[in-house]
Amino acid sequence: MNFDDLFGHIGQHTVDGLSKGAIYALIALGYTLVYGVLRLINFAHSEVFMVGTFAVLGLWTAFGVENNPPIGQAILFLVLGLIVAAVASGGTALALERIAYRPLRRKNAPPLIFLITAIGLSLVLVEIFGLVLPKLLGEAVPSMFGRARIILGMPTIIEQKTLFTVLGTSITNIQLIVFVAAVAMMALLDWFINRTRYGRGVRAVAQNPETAALMGVNQERVIMLIFVLGGIMAGAAALLWSMRFGFTQSSIGFVLGLKAFTAAVLGGIGNLRGALLGGLFLGIVEVYGATLFASNWEDVIAFVVLVVVLMFRPTGILGESLGRARA
Amino acid sequence: MIDKIRDLDRSRVNALHSVADRWRALPKWQRGLGFVAFVVFLYYLPLLGIPGLTWLRTDSISGGSNWAGVLFTCAVYVLVAIGLNVVIGLAGLLDLGYIGFFAIGAYAVALFGSVNSPVVKWFQAEFDLPATWAVTWAVCAFIALVLALISGVILGWPTLRLRGDYLAIVTLGFGEIIRIVARNAEGVTRGPQGIAAIPGPEGPPSPDNQVFGLIDVKPWYWLAITVVLIMVFAVRRLEHSRVGRSWLAIREDEDAAAVMGVYPFKFKLWAFAIGAALGGFAGFLFASRYAFIDPTQFNVNLSILFVAMVVVGGSGNMVGVSVGAVLLAYLPERFREIADYRWLAFGLAMVLVMILRPQGLIPSRRRARELKDRAAEAEEAPAHV
Repeated sequence: MNFDDLFGHIGQHTVDGLSKGAIYALIALGYTLVYGVLRLINFAHSEVFMVGTFAVLGLWTAFGVENNPPIGQAILFLVLGLIVAAVASGGTALALERIAYRPLRRKNAPPLIFLITAIGLSLVLVEIFGLVLPKLLGEAVPSMFGRARIILGMPTIIEQKTLFTVLGTSITNIQLIVFVAAVAMMALLDWFINRTRYGRGVRAVAQNPETAALMGVNQERVIMLIFVLGGIMAGAAALLWSMRFGFTQSSIGFVLGLKAFTAAVLGGIGNLRGALLGGLFLGIVEVYGATLFASNWEDVIAFVVLVVVLMFRPTGILGESLGRARA
Repeated sequence: MIDKIRDLDRSRVNALHSVADRWRALPKWQRGLGFVAFVVFLYYLPLLGIPGLTWLRTDSISGGSNWAGVLFTCAVYVLVAIGLNVVIGLAGLLDLGYIGFFAIGAYAVALFGSVNSPVVKWFQAEFDLPATWAVTWAVCAFIALVLALISGVILGWPTLRLRGDYLAIVTLGFGEIIRIVARNAEGVTRGPQGIAAIPGPEGPPSPDNQVFGLIDVKPWYWLAITVVLIMVFAVRRLEHSRVGRSWLAIREDEDAAAVMGVYPFKFKLWAFAIGAALGGFAGFLFASRYAFIDPTQFNVNLSILFVAMVVVGGSGNMVGVSVGAVLLAYLPERFREIADYRWLAFGLAMVLVMILRPQGLIPSRRRARELKDRAAEAEEAPAHV
């Protein structure tokens, strides 16, 4: 129990937690959107994120990006990376919906069947990126994917620098970018769902699918839309992850996905603003916990938080607002 | 293409059903004889030398694994599948953290039975016991069973009130927690170094052991298959008892079951605890056979493999899940070319089975009917999501 470290540098730990939590929150949106409309857990969403990181890696490798490029290039590659990752992740999410979930929905399969399918899909995606792709590309692009299942490094696109220090808490440029970008993406999504015509359709289907269909909302299109939106958010998270941590791995999704799911449940699954709150909260709790105990207990903390939340407040902090609240 | 697969599958299922019907129509003594012959064959399997069948042996290919060893793994996985079938197939609870119970069983025998373990060392120091003292194997079996059962209750108590899909995620987290604790709590589990010298029926592994050694796996297989047969019998009795009927009722409609006076929580907890105990016992057998365990052996992929065994085989049907377990354990060993791609194949198999045949390869008839009903309901009300 390292209380000195925790309270001595509380500001620093909070900032670290916030920038970590922002990424969780972006991924959590994917769970929350799908859950809000379809009431099912898209277990394979973690792999949607993983595909995004590989897309970023592929892009940067293809352009031969080197460490610390000039600022103009860095911005260009970040924007390109965002587009590529969003397309890859959104496309993967859409493909999952079309290939696996739609046939199951037609058959009115029980939720557990969806979940098992999603687990299978997630295993397939992990194996494709960890094993099949390296074998296919192994000789053509050796530097890119290398051997199966290893940790793949990425170029440092922005050098980490301390921007400013407030009350002994230093904030780095990367932390600031991650946080601001994540919040901006979420604000955009929030606006889209709450202010646009398409968003109204999403909310209508979430509230009552039958009535929405009677009012002329194309349900299938709404479902496709939410998968794509969740995928785009995961793509953005993938870019931010690549920028901040500079590595990826085919198995990267599993733990991250569980944490993002925890964040979604924590904030109230189905609730967009809840996902942000849950993500940031989880990020902070995790950093505090890792400081108190030891960093190798970090993952346990997230799971314990999940169990505690589900036991005592299964509807989360803000409640399940996109659809009907159900305990 | 998909239609062709469907047709093929339908004729396969029809053939299966007619075989099953014919089997049921046989006089009782003939069925008994057939069953005895099958059991004898199971015990004969490690010596398999019937011409024409020897290609089944995994050591018939170059670099193949020890045949009896593969059979042992199959038997342990069948035990796991039978336990998990109680949870998933009978009670309808998706448990993604089954590896946690398996690990608890394995660590129970390691921590209490091995002179290598910090727990045994602590006992020795505390009670002035000789340095060779450790809990005997048979007592460890009991400890493993009880610890797994208790952990099943401890996990189930708070979580079984949750919705099914939440339960799945929480159990997944539980499996990870067990692995991380085993890795991090070095003072108790020796962390990543693992624990060696785990005892077998004849005590700690040593060259003097006559029957249960490290080289000859056949006795281990015979032990495991005996346990499997006993458990199959026990679970079968359970399935046809009041408890078993309550599980089916809860699986099919929890609210209706509750109205009929079946208290869902109680029976779910029973299913969870019994499943956990079986998983723990499988882990116990696994650990005593290999005499060494470390946390990396209990990763989450294995948990998903267990689920795949049950759902691909046909959840709810003991024959189905056993076949699923044997297939998933045996095929990558016999056909080494696919061994690299086995996780990909397992994932694909799960997805395909769920989309095309959610009741599994050898389904339980009741479960198949249940899913058909749901599909029919969906056709009546197409707007329902």
